Amino acid sequence: MHGTQVHDTQQPVISVRNLWKVFGPKAARVPGSAELGALSRRELMDRTGCTAAVRDIDFDVAPGEVFVVMGLSGSGKSTLVRCLTRLVEPTAGEVIFEGEDILACDPKRLRDLRRHKFAMVFQHFGLLPHRCVVDNVAYGLEIRGVAKAERTKRAKEVIELVGLGGYEMSYPDQLSGGMQQRVGLARALAVDPDVLLFDEPFSALDPLIRRDMQSEVIRLHREVGKTMVFITHDLSEALKLGDRILIMRDGALVQIGTGDELVAAPADDYVRDFVRDVPRSHVLTLKWIMRPPRDDDPLDGPELGPDVVVREATRSVLAAEKPVKVVRDGELLGIVGDEEILSVIAGGSDS
Amino acid sequence: MAATSSSPVSRTLPRVHIVVRDRGRIVLGILAVWLLLWVFLRGMHTLALGGAQLTSVHHWFNNLNDVIGANRNSNPVFLYFFNYIRLFVDEFVIFVQSVIAQPSFGRPLPLIGWLGVVALVGFVSYAVANIRVAVLATAGFFVLGLQGLWRESMDTLALTLAAVIISLVIGIPLGIWAGLSDRFARLITPVLDFMQIMPSFVYLAPLTLFFLIGPASATIATLIYAAPPVIRLTAHGIRSAPHDTVEAGESLGSTRTQMLTKVLLPAAKRTIVLGVNQTIMAALAMVTIAALIDAPGLGKTVIKALQTLDVGTAFNAGLAIVVMAIVLDRVTTAAADRGRRRPNRIVLLAGAAATVFAIWLSYTYLWAAEFDARLDIGSTIVLWAGEATDWVQSTLAPVTNGIKDAFTWVLIDPLQALLADSPWWLVAVAIVAISVVIGSVRAAIVSAVCLGLLVATGLWSDGMTTLASTLVATVFTMVIGVVVGVWMGRSQRADRVIRPVLDAAQTMPAFVYLVPFLALFAASRFTAIAAAVVYAAPVAVKIVADGIRGVSATTVEAAVASGSSTWQTITKVQLPMSVRALTLATNQGLIYVLSMVVVGGLVGAGALGYDVVAGFSQGQLYGKGLAAGIAIVLLGVMLDRLTQAAANRTQRGGSR
Ligand SMILES: Nc1ncnc2c1ncn2[C@@H]1O[C@H](COP(=O)(O)OP(=O)(O)OP(=O)(O)O)[C@@H](O)[C@H]1O
Ligand SMILES: [Mg+2]
Repeated sequence: MHGTQVHDTQQPVISVRNLWKVFGPKAARVPGSAELGALSRRELMDRTGCTAAVRDIDFDVAPGEVFVVMGLSGSGKSTLVRCLTRLVEPTAGEVIFEGEDILACDPKRLRDLRRHKFAMVFQHFGLLPHRCVVDNVAYGLEIRGVAKAERTKRAKEVIELVGLGGYEMSYPDQLSGGMQQRVGLARALAVDPDVLLFDEPFSALDPLIRRDMQSEVIRLHREVGKTMVFITHDLSEALKLGDRILIMRDGALVQIGTGDELVAAPADDYVRDFVRDVPRSHVLTLKWIMRPPRDDDPLDGPELGPDVVVREATRSVLAAEKPVKVVRDGELLGIVGDEEILSVIAGGSDS
Repeated sequence: MAATSSSPVSRTLPRVHIVVRDRGRIVLGILAVWLLLWVFLRGMHTLALGGAQLTSVHHWFNNLNDVIGANRNSNPVFLYFFNYIRLFVDEFVIFVQSVIAQPSFGRPLPLIGWLGVVALVGFVSYAVANIRVAVLATAGFFVLGLQGLWRESMDTLALTLAAVIISLVIGIPLGIWAGLSDRFARLITPVLDFMQIMPSFVYLAPLTLFFLIGPASATIATLIYAAPPVIRLTAHGIRSAPHDTVEAGESLGSTRTQMLTKVLLPAAKRTIVLGVNQTIMAALAMVTIAALIDAPGLGKTVIKALQTLDVGTAFNAGLAIVVMAIVLDRVTTAAADRGRRRPNRIVLLAGAAATVFAIWLSYTYLWAAEFDARLDIGSTIVLWAGEATDWVQSTLAPVTNGIKDAFTWVLIDPLQALLADSPWWLVAVAIVAISVVIGSVRAAIVSAVCLGLLVATGLWSDGMTTLASTLVATVFTMVIGVVVGVWMGRSQRADRVIRPVLDAAQTMPAFVYLVPFLALFAASRFTAIAAAVVYAAPVAVKIVADGIRGVSATTVEAAVASGSSTWQTITKVQLPMSVRALTLATNQGLIYVLSMVVVGGLVGAGALGYDVVAGFSQGQLYGKGLAAGIAIVLLGVMLDRLTQAAANRTQRGGSR
């Protein structure tokens, strides 16, 4: 498994260990059994009538990180993210949130966590059709028992933040899809959660609006700095938003890594297929294309960091007379010349 | 292109035809044998029973009634259960009556007089719906006063309100429970189905056994009939709350109560209000019928008039029922459709003040309490309607009698002769055999059991007479259903025009339909059948129209493209493909017709309907009336099961 684990110094916000969710009769026997656990989706269905939507998944989410979960339709993304707050009850495994085992919580504690620590944005918005925008946004505060004046004030702030000022008294069916999702976003932000969960929030929107909303999330992340778990089946969205990306297939984890890691070093053909159409120069960084310095390399060329994206380095590399040095903390890591750059831009083979 | 796309049509349709046609041949064969035997066996073993004749079963029921009557105040079940329910319901009804309908609290008049009620109705309509229906409601209630039927109308309204309030208090929580729990939903659905297939009429007799003749029985019968819609629709509304919304509510940490009150109920509100609408309409219909067991109000006026064939009075009171039905229906429908518009708060406050003032006036001053008799237009309506009837009956007599006699002679008499004059065992064997052929073995067993029990009620002969009327009426209902239904199914325009009329017709209590037919055709079996057809046709038409519309547009297009004429498209594609809708329409048509043929006992339909009615009014016929009620249930169950089985069978046949 190719996984970059979070820095040891940082306590993860969420750690998931050996998480299973099996739908179907007598689901609990599947995670325990090595034999059943190894079956393919089809075989498992034929043998037991069960579907393993999440199989034995491990990952950590660091504070402030945007963690993206990606996979094809039916790969278990929604189920996985719902297991985190037990909207779907996991069959086996552990979900640790800030050191507390969520699966061991009693209903009251769970409700408290949902009220204060997590908030979720849904694919089809899930707004309350009988309430206007303010009351939708204030819902989370209302059920916590926040007084009316206070929650309305807070709701208005958040509505302003997501750029919906002026629509406070509108009803969901009077808003466009993009605006409705802004309401969904505002509702999640209003409760000031530690973690925001997004389940394909922009899939129902058209491409232009989707791009707006993605920028909106990036902006909000910069402004409020929340930890986010973001589900999508769109790779460009994943690359745009995600600090790290988890790729799922048939409920199992295939690879975890940063965008450039997935593009540069796909774990298998499934991932390779996923990243095939990505413009590599937009994702790869110099560290993936540099070569070791040779003795005859002139070492007086310009310097660049290893995490500079190829596209951004192109101009300076091609303009420079000498090959560019890739340097971190004064240490020479490698060399990038015209040849390396051009092979990426021309869509050359894997490095 | 046309040939290939129409080939699936021509390949599957003939097979359905053959299956249907084969079964049709066997049924014809059975009928032929039956006819042949009838020629020889006519008049034997017919189990006929004279009007005042009783069997031991009827005596036994009479006894049961006496025994229960004697022990009503000593038997613990009655003492601690039924009597309490009766007392509670009675008290409640009397309380509501004393507010708007009956003299009370030592006053010669109810607490709130006409002005107060009219103002209150207008205000409530505005508060829950909008100004338009408020005006309509106010005007409608004013008309009730003009008709000279204020007190009767208020009695009907009081009884309806009492029954509706109890229905909602019981029904909405049950509906919520059924919406939240699959277990409970599975448990209650068959019960609701059963409550609704019973002709409303037949609850009455057994209920009087436990709750005596009077308001308690009337209210409880109404409750049984009126509660199912609100239970069903509440459950449905809760179940159809959008999944994402429910999940969002959950993800924010709502408790179960918060979930219910802030997410599910608001999302289901419109559906629940529609359920309330249906409950109110059902309650009104039932309250008028409950006049048969002495429920006060407009229904009683209609029944008395029908029994003396006083069309004028029946018309006036029937009109009042229609007015009340329209007002109640419009107000509740508008309340459901109101959406988010809230009434203006200032107008609301002013209206409340004015209403309170009007109530105070009507409490204090006689002119505002009792409708001024000088404004009465009711007697004019009675007079005119009576004269119009006389005129119609004398001038149109050749026409109407011609129609009536032709139908009676060609259809009703022969069928009745076949059913009622055959030996009972021959009829039973024939019906069971037909059940096997067009239904299923299960349906045949149900038929056999029902027929056996029908013999046991001692009312076989009356049962067969009623069955004959029911079948004739159902045939006509289906003819209308298919003709109008196909028209509506094929033409958007026709649908738009006709559907509201059907909707309106369906909200009318059954009684109302008797009046015009009584005017046209005087008291006869034909009159009852004609009224039943008109009562049942809207349901059948709607189901057929929906079935026709449900036939896939591509199939129809393919048929047209391959050169079918309109007639061929209808008979070879649209009707065969909506065969399930047709059987369903027949099923519903039968149930409606059956409940109406019984009400027709009041206008000369005789047989079971008459037995039931007579049982309520004459002590020594009580047992027979009760047995007749049971016989109607038996016929209903048999016909329902049989048509259901036929529907399932055609569906399987069609999809094969
Ligand atoms: N309540 C359920 N009962 C049974 N099976 C379920 C249930 N929910 C999900 N599944 C199954 O689990 C698998 C994963 O579903 P999930 O909704 O998590 O996929 P997804 O990755 O979110 O797909 P999509 O991109 O289409 O939303 C699917 O095979 C689905 O059929
Ligand atoms: Mg999903």
